[in-house]
Amino acid sequence: MPAPIRLRELIRTIRTARTQAEEREMIQKECAAIRSSFREEDNTYRCRNVAKLLYMHMLGYPAHFGQLECLKLIASQKFTDKRIGYLGAMLLLDERQDVHLLMTNCIKNDLNHSTQYVQGLALCTLGCMGSSEMCRDLAGEVEKLLKTSNSYLRKKAALCAVHVIRKVPELMEMFLPATKNLLSEKNHGVLHTSVVLLTEMCERSPDMLSHFRKNEKLVPQLVRILKNLIMSGYSPEHDVSGISDPFLQVRILRLLRILGKGDDDSSEAMNDILAQVATNTETSKNVGNAILYETVLTIMDIKSESGLRVLAINILGRFLLNNDKNIRYVALTSLLKTVQTDHNAVQRHRSTIVDCLKDLDVSIKRRAMELSFALVNGNNIRGMMKELLYFLDSCDPDFKADCASGIFLAAEKYAPSKRWHIDTIMRVLTTAGSYVRDDSVPNLIQLITNSVEMHAYTVQRLYKALLDDISQQPLVQVASWCIGEYGDLLVSGQCEEEEPIQVSEDEVLDVLEGLLVSNLSTPVTRGYSLTAIMKLSTRFSSLNRIKKVVSIYGSSIDVELQQRAVEYNALFKKYDHMRPALLERMPIMEKTATNGPSETVQTNGETDSTILDTKHLPSISQPASQANDLLDLLGGNDVVPIIQTTVPTKPASAGGELLDLLGDLSLTGGPTPTPASSVPMSQPPFLLDGLTSQPLFNDIAAVIPPMTAYNKNGLIIEFTFERSNPNPNIAVITIHATNSTEADMTEFVFQAAVPKTFQLQLLSPSSNVVPAFNQGSVTQVIRVLNPQKQQLRMRIKLTYTHKGSPVQDLAEVNNFPPQSWQ
Amino acid sequence: MMHFLLLFSRQGKLRLQKWFLPLPERERKKIVKDMTTMVLARKPRTCNFLHWKDLKIVYKRYASLYFCCALENQDNELMALETLHRYVELLDKYFGNVCELDIIFNFEKAYFILDELLMGGEIQETSKLSIVKSIEASDMLQETEQKRRSEHPSSSEIIQNTTCF
Repeated sequence: MPAPIRLRELIRTIRTARTQAEEREMIQKECAAIRSSFREEDNTYRCRNVAKLLYMHMLGYPAHFGQLECLKLIASQKFTDKRIGYLGAMLLLDERQDVHLLMTNCIKNDLNHSTQYVQGLALCTLGCMGSSEMCRDLAGEVEKLLKTSNSYLRKKAALCAVHVIRKVPELMEMFLPATKNLLSEKNHGVLHTSVVLLTEMCERSPDMLSHFRKNEKLVPQLVRILKNLIMSGYSPEHDVSGISDPFLQVRILRLLRILGKGDDDSSEAMNDILAQVATNTETSKNVGNAILYETVLTIMDIKSESGLRVLAINILGRFLLNNDKNIRYVALTSLLKTVQTDHNAVQRHRSTIVDCLKDLDVSIKRRAMELSFALVNGNNIRGMMKELLYFLDSCDPDFKADCASGIFLAAEKYAPSKRWHIDTIMRVLTTAGSYVRDDSVPNLIQLITNSVEMHAYTVQRLYKALLDDISQQPLVQVASWCIGEYGDLLVSGQCEEEEPIQVSEDEVLDVLEGLLVSNLSTPVTRGYSLTAIMKLSTRFSSLNRIKKVVSIYGSSIDVELQQRAVEYNALFKKYDHMRPALLERMPIMEKTATNGPSETVQTNGETDSTILDTKHLPSISQPASQANDLLDLLGGNDVVPIIQTTVPTKPASAGGELLDLLGDLSLTGGPTPTPASSVPMSQPPFLLDGLTSQPLFNDIAAVIPPMTAYNKNGLIIEFTFERSNPNPNIAVITIHATNSTEADMTEFVFQAAVPKTFQLQLLSPSSNVVPAFNQGSVTQVIRVLNPQKQQLRMRIKLTYTHKGSPVQDLAEVNNFPPQSWQ
Repeated sequence: MMHFLLLFSRQGKLRLQKWFLPLPERERKKIVKDMTTMVLARKPRTCNFLHWKDLKIVYKRYASLYFCCALENQDNELMALETLHRYVELLDKYFGNVCELDIIFNFEKAYFILDELLMGGEIQETSKLSIVKSIEASDMLQETEQKRRSEHPSSSEIIQNTTCF
């Protein structure tokens, strides 16, 4: 068999291949030759064959059949064989292969070889890709070599130990004794690798960290070494652009960082040297800046004195002005890390940071944008926002979404005025409208609703924006919602902030209808505009036109639109009496969470026992609940806020829940009608099926007679009953407490308990002062669920302060009229 | 700690790959492809740092070769640039005015030099001189071995060809 071709020959041949197919052919041929050579167990040329295999592996071809051959090479006595064998092992055999464990014995032998270069090969292989099992087996050998006087081996053993610790952290203890005098070495290689080893140990184990701080007094040693490096003269061996061994300097600074973090004594010991490095390092070349960078990171992490911190931030500020892009990038990244802790210092460099927004480099722009958002505060909001909006205009599309969200957040936190806020939002919507996130539409709508005085201005600006451009969906959605709500303000030209425009109802309807038919509108947008048109039916006078539009869409292909149109049609035809109330202006919405979706208030017909358990009660205010229900039907991306009438803060009472809407109706003086206009509630078939309003105050209540529950010491408590209409198991009791004495009863608290088979819910009382001389009463609502229809019994506890002294009383109420629980 | 070091040409051909973490073959191939795509797409005057997954990618172009390495979050990127530069200097010293062809035809030597500079993703020697001495000594060891084994050593063969393959 002729000798296999040489490696160089093969490489040359493969490079002459003109196509991928040709190359593949050559490689396959050679692989076949190599395989047969392997089968023949040819010792002489194994090395050559494996080398060729490694080349082909680098080109991307499979080489797994060479794995065992690598092992044979490692086991060979020839240095050449070992060199290639270990290289092959590192490339082809990682810990996922089953055969790699076979290496262990060879490595063990080689670790004890007489030639240091063979030992070096073994250490290198173990240190690069040794598996946990191998590490466990060979840790002892490595530890032995860590103590040798041969610096070539010592440095390799140190890094090998680092790898062992990474793979098997429990073995860390083993290497501790060997680290004792590592730092007294003169050899820079050993010093460097020792610092790496110590860093790894300190990072992994807090015990080790404190051991090295206290017992070994590591910090003074490191400070001394660093000082020598800086002060020593020129050493050609380690010099890089005039700086002595920058690699070692950087590693020492990093270890100092770990030692000084959170520890006052260590931090103090290193203050001087850090200041020295920070001021004396040459900054003309990258290497000097690399050291300064590491120094700054260390200063910021340890408990350094404020002067040093300011020095560090100033260095970063200087970096920002450097011509070198890498250094600017690194500065921005570091400033981002420190902006939380040293906010004021970073603020001083704000203008430079904002200039970086205009940089051409994408990485720098992104960092600058993040940092700019972190620097925005109440004082600089106007200026910063101008820059950020300009940036939003001109930046790449990948940035726009993040930038838009950032601007919204910043505007929300620091807006100097509502008008500015709305203007800013408008600007974002018009420039980057298609990139804003989906949840920003409801957030914006909520914001607009809350700025009551700006409604006219907002709707006018949105209308004008719509005239310009209807392609940006979030803008269109917000605009159509606003026009639907505030269209009357638009037409009547009520705007105070700027010149009111003359718009007729027809023009507005033209625009909205245009949205419906436009190809640019998404189905969601169409839904918004249809609803807006419908809402205008109560605000505008051109009813016929609106009716026509609505009926047209009753046969739309889009199911969502069709449903809406059909329901609105029904509203015109059968339920016209409800239409004004349904489409009334939305009340101010309260946000419960900044970013989370608000829960829908479930209004459904089944006010069964779940009512007592759910946290959110249906709204009493009927138009609000009806409008909410309307939104329920629309679903989808429509605004789904929690609609609550603004509840006055009440003292927390037993059972008082967040949306204590029922409670807020317990006004002094007994039951009164709801503040909003009440709409006669006949039983509706479908649209308003889901609607219930608790018919607290309807005639049915009269059926159950009231009773006196308590009468003592001038305090009379009367119970009046209603039955919860859909669920006969719930009795709604309103207590009326009156005080016939000559002094007020203050801090009045009524508590009640029922037997286990019942469930009780106490809502907020109207007040906690029972005025004297029966001048008024305190009312409170109790809801009792009585599924087993047992006789209602209640124990009540009263506490109040009368004439300066506290009074407490317990009583049992057993005289409930049978109708209340049957 | 460095996770990997790659050398590839302007056409995206891999010239050297050093992995300091155990990764399956398929994932390595994917990473190589991602790196070459990302780095080759960079415009000329942009900074040498990228973000990829949770790693910092540092790359530098020397003539027709891109040197690309991946660092962890706490590593110093500017120093990584110095490390790459140190490696190029070593190659230059060894090959004498190194060019891409040297690395193609002597890739195993490039690996040996790298193994003297880095181990387990960390720098093991900061002295150029020391590394060069170690490599020369290892080569000499190989040579003397060959000399002993070959029957008719020709002096030119020994000087030119320190490999038997």
